[in-house]
Amino acid sequence: MELKFELNGKNVSTVIEADSLLLDVLRNLGCSSVKRGCESSNCGLCTVFVEDKPVLSCSVLAARVADQHVTTLEGLQEEAADFGAFIADQGAEQCGFCNPGLMMNAIAMFRENPHPTEEEILSYLSGNLCRCSGYEGQLRGIQSYLAFKDAQKGGA
Amino acid sequence: MLTIKQYVRAESLEQAYELNQKKSNLILGGIHWMKMTTRTVNTAIDLSGLGLGEIVETDDRFEIGCMVTLRQLEQHPGLNAYTHNAIAHAVQDIVGVQFRNTATVGGSIFGRYGFSDVLTVFLALNTKVVCHRAGEISLEEYAQMAQDRDILVKLVVEKAPLQISYQAMRHARTDFPILTCAVSCVNGMWQASVGARPYKASLVRDEEGLLAHGVGEKQAEKFGDYVTEKLNFGSNMRGSAQYRRQICGILVQRGMMEASEVK
Ligand SMILES: Cc1cc2nc3c(=O)[nH]c(=O)nc-3n(C[C@H](O)[C@H](O)[C@H](O)COP(=O)(O)OP(=O)(O)OC[C@H]3O[C@@H](n4cnc5c(N)ncnc54)[C@H](O)[C@@H]3O)c2cc1C
Ligand code: FES
Ligand code: FES
Repeated sequence: MELKFELNGKNVSTVIEADSLLLDVLRNLGCSSVKRGCESSNCGLCTVFVEDKPVLSCSVLAARVADQHVTTLEGLQEEAADFGAFIADQGAEQCGFCNPGLMMNAIAMFRENPHPTEEEILSYLSGNLCRCSGYEGQLRGIQSYLAFKDAQKGGA
Repeated sequence: MLTIKQYVRAESLEQAYELNQKKSNLILGGIHWMKMTTRTVNTAIDLSGLGLGEIVETDDRFEIGCMVTLRQLEQHPGLNAYTHNAIAHAVQDIVGVQFRNTATVGGSIFGRYGFSDVLTVFLALNTKVVCHRAGEISLEEYAQMAQDRDILVKLVVEKAPLQISYQAMRHARTDFPILTCAVSCVNGMWQASVGARPYKASLVRDEEGLLAHGVGEKQAEKFGDYVTEKLNFGSNMRGSAQYRRQICGILVQRGMMEASEVK
């Protein structure tokens, strides 16, 4: 079947099977930031936005995004580079495999709640698993990024 | 592995119902659970285009469409004001935000899963289920029925004087629960819904009037023991029957004390 949707601001059209997963379709369209981890809704690695909401692309039928807006990390380069520098600065990660999913979900959180408490950060990101770290570095990276953003805006 | 041969976006509930009468066809919720099963589906039926993804609040009720996501439940101001945030508490540890953005109420209730936080909390709200063919059924009855080929269209929660608290025990946040518990007082009747025993949630009402003369620590403890006695418990990798029996009374007691403080 033919699928038309908007990917990172551009209209795309592709041919899919009835059971194609959004994750595979996005990777076939060149979005290699979208990674397959557990493929059972557990790890958060495959996070993308559908209509600006973070979802697990390993558990979304591609057919369902017809005429919708899908965003991957490739479409958020500026925000990702900005924020990613703070994660790197904390040496938060080891292998980095979890990074694309974490970046996507953290960006979703920043948009939904620009001033999250520590508890709110941990809660929002609880579906993003990291096998290497103890999450402390990521937490520090997020907090220093938020502090930097506030300082840029002249304080909050 | 889930194999789907054909995908249909239903144009009406009747069309979806007719398609669903074939055993090889299947209604799609958020597909999280279904994707863990190995089966070949002839036609996957998508209800996304039927306007069932809304929570409608009126003066006397909430109507929750089957395609409403767990995240919508968590964030709905009216529903959470009415339930003193019990709904948000019940769903907030289910996997993660991304998961809850697509997991549906319909899939959660139709599945009647033993571990379900969702079933536990809605039972304590005296919820009704509206099915396309069978019409309105109490959730208490629906939970006991075998899965059939009807479509769960919506849940109805009628507003009534309500005190409620949600409690659950997990090894770690986002893991499946070891025990789920919602204690409520609806229209003056105290009751506790306890799930993940690991059996699916059941309701126990204060039919002996243990709480007829008010709620304090002692009465709450008594009611906790009473609920524990009325229920059966089993063992699985998350906990033994004995452990579950032990914490059941405590969760009911905690729930009662918390619920009795909210007016
Ligand atoms: C990894 C993982 C962890 C989980 N942890 C928890 C947890 O801790 N607590 C908890 O409460 N739940 C948990 N769940 C269950 C989850 O919350 C959902 O209840 C479950 O995924 C089903 O919802 P769904 O929308 O994905 O339904 P689907 O998987 O799409 O559907 C499930 C079943 O319901 C049928 N169905 C769907 N909608 C309808 C309808 N409207 N009418 C008739 N039939 C319908 C489908 O045909 C299918 O048979 C977990 C699930 C997973 C995969
Ligand atoms: S790959 Fe999708 S949640 Fe793990
Ligand atoms: S850094 Fe290796 S999984 Fe997160």
